[in-house]
Amino acid sequence: MTEQFASKSAEAIDRAKAEGRAALVGYLPAGYPTVQESIEAGIALARNGADLIEIGIPYSDPVMDGPVIQAATTEAISNGFRVANVFDVVAGITAATDAAVLVMTYWNPVMRMGVDEFSRRLAEAGGAGLITPDLVPDEAHEWFEASDKYGLDRVFLVAPSSTPERLDMTVKASRGFVYAVSIMGVTGTRTSVSSSAEDVVARAHAAGAERVCVGLGVSNPDHVREIAAYADGVIVGTALVAALRDGGVDAVGQLTKNLSAGLGRAAAEA
Amino acid sequence: MVDAPTAGSEENVADAFLQGGPSLRNASGPYFGSYGGRWMPESLIAALDEVQDTFEKAKADPDFIAELKDLNKNYSGRPSLLTEAKRFSEHAGGARIFLKREDLNHTGSHKINNVLGQALLAKRMGKTRVIAETGAGQHGVASATAAALLGLECVVYMGAEDCRRQALNVARMQLLGATVVPVTNGSQTLKDAINDALRDWVSNVEHTHYLLGTAAGAHPFPAMVRYFHEVIGEEARSQILEQTGKLPDAIAACIGGGSNAIGLFHAFLDDSSVKIYGFEAGGEGVETGRHAAAISLGRPGVLHGARSYLMQDEDGQTIESHSISAGLDYPSVGPEHSYLADIGRVTYEAITDTEAMDAFSLLCRTEGIIPAIESSHALAGAIKIGHRLTEGKDNPSEVTVIVNLSGRGDKDVETAAAWFNMLDEEGHVKGTTLSTRKPKGPSERAAEADADGNEDQK
Repeated sequence: MTEQFASKSAEAIDRAKAEGRAALVGYLPAGYPTVQESIEAGIALARNGADLIEIGIPYSDPVMDGPVIQAATTEAISNGFRVANVFDVVAGITAATDAAVLVMTYWNPVMRMGVDEFSRRLAEAGGAGLITPDLVPDEAHEWFEASDKYGLDRVFLVAPSSTPERLDMTVKASRGFVYAVSIMGVTGTRTSVSSSAEDVVARAHAAGAERVCVGLGVSNPDHVREIAAYADGVIVGTALVAALRDGGVDAVGQLTKNLSAGLGRAAAEA
Repeated sequence: MVDAPTAGSEENVADAFLQGGPSLRNASGPYFGSYGGRWMPESLIAALDEVQDTFEKAKADPDFIAELKDLNKNYSGRPSLLTEAKRFSEHAGGARIFLKREDLNHTGSHKINNVLGQALLAKRMGKTRVIAETGAGQHGVASATAAALLGLECVVYMGAEDCRRQALNVARMQLLGATVVPVTNGSQTLKDAINDALRDWVSNVEHTHYLLGTAAGAHPFPAMVRYFHEVIGEEARSQILEQTGKLPDAIAACIGGGSNAIGLFHAFLDDSSVKIYGFEAGGEGVETGRHAAAISLGRPGVLHGARSYLMQDEDGQTIESHSISAGLDYPSVGPEHSYLADIGRVTYEAITDTEAMDAFSLLCRTEGIIPAIESSHALAGAIKIGHRLTEGKDNPSEVTVIVNLSGRGDKDVETAAAWFNMLDEEGHVKGTTLSTRKPKGPSERAAEADADGNEDQK
């Protein structure tokens, strides 16, 4: 991994590591249900145990997302969400918390604004970097330049299907952490975490990744506990979005608290 | 992504081409100029590599080529005819219009060319299941057909709006043993069907091949789908030479994703005397915003794995496309078309719903051929270019134009009947509900049998 400057994501993960635990990464879409409420929900995430926050940009064609996140992002768009609002959400959360805030986005909205301009505004808002579900390093020439220029983390994904060559290349291209997809599929809660997750994490570590976080299908403290045993961070999305949908900001805070118990922190504090 | 060529370098490509420069044929991808590529989740990259590898090996394997040729000939019915449309031509300034009859292929459109090729590849990869998206239903029907022929499970994603518009094709797919999944996300049309097919693929990639139906998407699909359709242009080129002794002045095809078009165009790309036209769906008119003219009015972006012209708003959100033709109702276009547009080799224009339906009606009445509404866009375009190319000519019949009649219009009869005001308030064809006899369907027959049984018991 390239480490030319302090990576906000890496620092957040390392702070958790110093406490003897994995980091908790929480995902919520920007503008859901409104821009203001998504800021409040992000703050609730951070105050209840999330070390890193992923703010998703609602997009018209989210091919990596399951029904829950699709429904939320579709609602955000119909409620008037504009891509530039994501910078307000990032700024609102970073101003109120110490969490590292990344943006997770499909690539076309970034390309449309201009990769350089998007990156500049994200950095100005205090953002840590980008997670890019449909951008592989092979196509990321412009993003390499802009992320270096503005000091942003580049979080690419690795999957159970990634060949050793691609895993190696992706680990080298990433900065901050590597996002290991636990399962071949789209976002959504599942009853158990795929056994392939541990293998992907081990392969990414072996390829030189210092920090690997696991996402897709992680929804309860048991999953968190299981993954925290071998990964540097645990990513939860759909379950949090469902909590926000059903119980508002308070429910997000409560679920985050429960999830972070799976990291072992509650025991450490007691 | 490779560096985007500047306007200057694109002119150079066009100049070089016109001066007998490098061939435009057989572009292998992943990039066509600055278009194409693989803007896809990492989870699918290995599968794309597998498809590409299998395709490259198959292309070089005489057994594969022979198998495909045999299916094309003895199953699809290739070569398809090249029919001169003499009475239709009178409405195109007198230019001689020739129809490449892809409507006569088994399943009624060009789509069969690609699905047979890809289904054979799926078998080679050891996949037991194919999935497909469909707009008009033609690709879904073709996929279901190939799956039945080769013993593969088939699931077709189809926008709920398209299921309504093309109910007959839904029934055809089901009769062929496929499962049709109505897609209720987004605009409920082709792009959303592709989204759901991609979600299925990423979840089931181990045993499933995504039989993408157009020359779009991530590498290797644009180059591979084109390859399977190149037979259209190869046949048309030798047929026109045989029938007229010369190359055509122009060729024309409709453009949704652009597979029938690139299949026809490919054989003529290096024939600099041949003007090439692609006709996009102008919907209710490009000025209304309700259209599907990605090249004419879009700007480059990424959707479904490729960088290409795309209908998008200021935020990069995809704009919903509109067309009377379900098969052209797609907000982007294959990346090779974007490249051919930029270098000026192919001219892309928009045809409105009204223009397409007028051409549809004209072909029915002058040639006894009911065309697909998709293909009717190319017919409407041919009328325009026929007038343009014959203007001021003493002998307009020296001008020859090939139109790709990419599909037949059986599936569109209901849409056409509504368009031409042939239906009554209940949606029945006017004058067809006068019979006083009870309809005889399975339920009625069963009821009669029961009644007979009761009689016997008395």
